[in-house]
Amino acid sequence: MHTQPKRLEYDVVIVGSGAGGGMAAHVLTQAGANVLMLEAGGWWDNTKDSQMMKMPYDSPRRGASTPERPFGEFDACVGGWQLPGEPYTKAPGTKFDWWRGRMLGGRTNHWGRISLRFGPDDFRRKSIDGLGDDWPVTYNEVAPYYDQVDKLIGIFGSVEKLPNHPDGIFQPAPRPRCHELVVKQAADRLGVWCIPSRLSIITKPTNGRAPCHYCAQCNRGCMTNSNFTSGNVLLIPATKTGRLTVVTNAMAREVTVDAKGNATGVSYVDKASGKDLHVKGRVVVLAASACESARIMLNSKSSRFPQGIGNSSGVVGKYLTDTTGTDVGGFIPKLTNHMQHNCDGVGGGHIYMPWWVNNKKLNFPRGYHIEVWGGLGQPSYGFMGGIENYPNFSGYGAGLKEDYRRFWGATVGFSGRGEMIPNADSYCEIDTAQKDKWGIPVLKFHWKWSDYETNQVKHMQETFRTLIAEMGGEVWGAMPGKDKGYGISNGGSIIHELGTVRMGNDPRTSALNAHQQAWDCKNLFVADGGPFVSQADKNPTWTILALAWRTADYITQQRKAGAL
Amino acid sequence: MQRRDVVKLMAAASLAAIGLGAPEVARAAEHAQAALQGGAPAYTPIFFTKTEWPVVRSLADLVIPKDARSGGATDAGVPEFMDFIMNENPGSQKWMRDGLKWLTAEHRTRFNRDFVQGSAAQQREVLNDIAFPKKAKPAFKAGVEFFTRFRDLTSSGFWTSRMGVKDIGYMGNITLSAWDGCPEPQLAKLGVSYKMSMRAVRKG
Repeated sequence: MHTQPKRLEYDVVIVGSGAGGGMAAHVLTQAGANVLMLEAGGWWDNTKDSQMMKMPYDSPRRGASTPERPFGEFDACVGGWQLPGEPYTKAPGTKFDWWRGRMLGGRTNHWGRISLRFGPDDFRRKSIDGLGDDWPVTYNEVAPYYDQVDKLIGIFGSVEKLPNHPDGIFQPAPRPRCHELVVKQAADRLGVWCIPSRLSIITKPTNGRAPCHYCAQCNRGCMTNSNFTSGNVLLIPATKTGRLTVVTNAMAREVTVDAKGNATGVSYVDKASGKDLHVKGRVVVLAASACESARIMLNSKSSRFPQGIGNSSGVVGKYLTDTTGTDVGGFIPKLTNHMQHNCDGVGGGHIYMPWWVNNKKLNFPRGYHIEVWGGLGQPSYGFMGGIENYPNFSGYGAGLKEDYRRFWGATVGFSGRGEMIPNADSYCEIDTAQKDKWGIPVLKFHWKWSDYETNQVKHMQETFRTLIAEMGGEVWGAMPGKDKGYGISNGGSIIHELGTVRMGNDPRTSALNAHQQAWDCKNLFVADGGPFVSQADKNPTWTILALAWRTADYITQQRKAGAL
Repeated sequence: MQRRDVVKLMAAASLAAIGLGAPEVARAAEHAQAALQGGAPAYTPIFFTKTEWPVVRSLADLVIPKDARSGGATDAGVPEFMDFIMNENPGSQKWMRDGLKWLTAEHRTRFNRDFVQGSAAQQREVLNDIAFPKKAKPAFKAGVEFFTRFRDLTSSGFWTSRMGVKDIGYMGNITLSAWDGCPEPQLAKLGVSYKMSMRAVRKG
């Protein structure tokens, strides 16, 4: 951990320590580059800072949220939907939430470790259904990098050979929990594909890391590094090369350029002192998250780049997408009066449902996957809230106490996570009227779901309700109507923002080439979710990692060739 | 860890998150901890007033009473927990204050005496009107909304206490060398088994 740069100039300056920045730093330092990383939050080391083994009664708060940790006081991720001094704005009528992590490892401290490869079709959707755009890379080009990511980080799963859901190099998947087998049974009867989850949690010793011990608290940060975070699996090992310097509490302001339009480094605010500082780099990699990287680029204005660096196409900030989402839970009578047992397992579902329907038969073009929740997790603040919704509950007294015992674990729920098509009404731009506490202009969001997404979410709602009925259950609440988008989540709230600095084959319609290199500025790269051309019915992290590795290899190659 | 250290730790953690005075937070934390360990000295609440405190204690025990398997809400330190939570969330205190006022007024109107002085039958008569949201009359809306939140907060406090966790039978948050899944009798009860194929079933 360093609070100041140690050198006058670095080979590579990376902004952001999440999945993309972490992988770029890992690969580049291995290849011999001296790397400086700027992280807007503080240092975090799971092996020292995790609250993994806390019981609720270890705190008077019993796991409730705090302003610093909205997902609960034991949660690893420091950040939130709103950060003091760092506002963002929304156009009238826009519903958009922006989660920002502020710590080493960024938002890899805050996710379900669902590590799905995009499939061959996901890189060429326009060729299939005419919507959106094709990627400038194919699955076959990215596949070797997915393989390397699987081996370096570790992932469990099962080989299924399902179309467009490529298998990886999997470690053994853990057995499903009891309620998950009930879900599996129902899914099988309905013909909904249901298979073991694919999570970046190791079940075998991997590169010096111990396998999972099944305490279910991945989100608190793993003290044994048995799951993936950028900080503990990529960055802390990278510091051992002696070539990585991480400057924490450093808020990037802009990428600086010389007269020729080449990037010269990054100016940033040292949050502790409030001072403006600058670090020089021969190459700059932005990996601050899709929206934050777009913000930095749009704020990096100069006579050479009046629209912001790398934005002669005008696409930076455009094509913003998030994953669609909706959730449905239900009461499953057969799960009442369970036999007491340890139902923890890994942190996350042991089963999931990849997209299984042919969209040609449906009124929406793209699919979704289903995540499953339920079980006998650790009691925490909010435990069994809404008990009045269970049938024949007792209201209060001895009967109520018995209700809590028999109904615990009898709720099962489903979350749909689907693909949105980029549209002209969903984007971010610089709000010229507002600045953050350091005087950096902030983002303004514009958002609109189209019928493609709401029809998809309606299908999710119907599927989840059918699954619950098939299990003999009773759904919590009626299906939200069309006026409510059938219960579609707010934009941004699934925390899969992508597409704001998209790559392509044409400099007029994309900001980056197939190597995530700015068309307008050869020593500027973006290695987070910004370059994505489309979403998929899969979570983006594994693809961010694979593409960041590919970009880091390209940077190494170009540096050797003297091109950078 | 010494109790003094626990108190210091909790006080520091709370202070970082909110803006309460150190002595207040330390006191709440100390009492919450003492209550957990049993043998709590008489507790002086910070948020709840002298008149509210006995109502809170009495109501919490009515929600979750002592039975053959475990103690009641006050045995598990639920009122102290509520005092801590109320203090921590200045933006979410009104419902509690208003609700306790509503309950006191309702009981007085009906029986001309305070809730805590009511007989078990009298207390129950009021609770029966507010404890069942689906059946409650619209006139009791305020009471129902309050009691629903109070019940949830009692549940939070009780089932996350050492006593509650033991009672409900949570057996996790331990380190296992291997995951064998759930026990056979539980699977049998649900009509499932690890012999089931985990392959995707394709139809159509």
